[in-house]
Amino acid sequence: MSDNELLSVWEVFMQQKNGGPQQHVGNVHAADAELALQNARDVYARRGGNGSIWVVPSKEIYASGSDDEAPFFDPSDDKIYRHPNFYRVPKAIKNL
Amino acid sequence: MKLEDLDISAKEALFEYLLFLGDSNLVLGHRLSEWCGHGPMLEEDIALANLALDCVGQSANFLKLAGEIEGKDRNEDHLAYLRDAIDFRNATITELPRGDFGFTIMRQFLVATYLYIIFKELRNSSFDDLKSIAQKSIKEVKYHIRHSSEWVLRLGDGTEESHKRIQKSLNELWRYTNELFVQMPQDQVLIEKNIIFDMDSSKKQWLEIIEQVLKEATLITPESNEYLYHNGREGKHTEYLGHMLAEMQTLPRSHPGAVW
Repeated sequence: MSDNELLSVWEVFMQQKNGGPQQHVGNVHAADAELALQNARDVYARRGGNGSIWVVPSKEIYASGSDDEAPFFDPSDDKIYRHPNFYRVPKAIKNL
Repeated sequence: MKLEDLDISAKEALFEYLLFLGDSNLVLGHRLSEWCGHGPMLEEDIALANLALDCVGQSANFLKLAGEIEGKDRNEDHLAYLRDAIDFRNATITELPRGDFGFTIMRQFLVATYLYIIFKELRNSSFDDLKSIAQKSIKEVKYHIRHSSEWVLRLGDGTEESHKRIQKSLNELWRYTNELFVQMPQDQVLIEKNIIFDMDSSKKQWLEIIEQVLKEATLITPESNEYLYHNGREGKHTEYLGHMLAEMQTLPRSHPGAVW
């Protein structure tokens, strides 16, 4: 196998069921979007799947880093009222 | 229509036709599987293995049905592993060595498009079992066309090197394509019963799809007077099939009845 320096990396998101969220499943190499989509199908949906697949160029993802952790996440630790703990969730509602 | 509705001549003709579809997919699937671990990149390695599995799976369905129609107690494994090259009915285009990646892709494009057209018609077959295999297989073949045609576009309209190489592959493969549309005398029995369909219009449909992609890929469709005379359906094969079968069949022939 040759190295993949010429090919960009694409992040793959798949829906586990119709109406569900797109979830990150991994990444693939590909020269363009159509082949990235096909590679994603071949690598991640070969044992089944449904819903849809998204592919996104990895370089387009702007992500937080470890330095951001404290300012991003710590302030919510002591704010219990931000959780819907005080409401009764109707039985019919799933995926909450 | 079911098995018991067929007379002897229809059974014989259908057996031969199912071998043609089954063997073509089996041999093509085996050639694709030879890429396993040798693909140009990991993702494509997996993609080719997926295509191979689809082809072998379709082949198993056709050969299983062929065995039932023949009625001589031969199942799909028996037909796949215990026949010699002369008894294989695959189109010779499928048995050519895998070549470079462009060759494999171009062959896949030409053959998958052909199978798509055949399966599309067989979805209307009066023979129930054949109809249901065609309905199931057509989804897979559609993906094979999508995958291979996208690569044909990229290799044809890619670099000078990729263009040159895939055009050369196309020129070599083209000589084996006319064979795909040659009807056998016994097919007539099946056509009369609407089990299979006349191929007169199939070539035109095939050529339309092929030429559209080739044009977009900046490739030149070869002249049609360069066909070779081979006919896998008569058991007339290239020298490559025997070598391939020797490898493919070695295990069941060396260890008859072996199980996991």
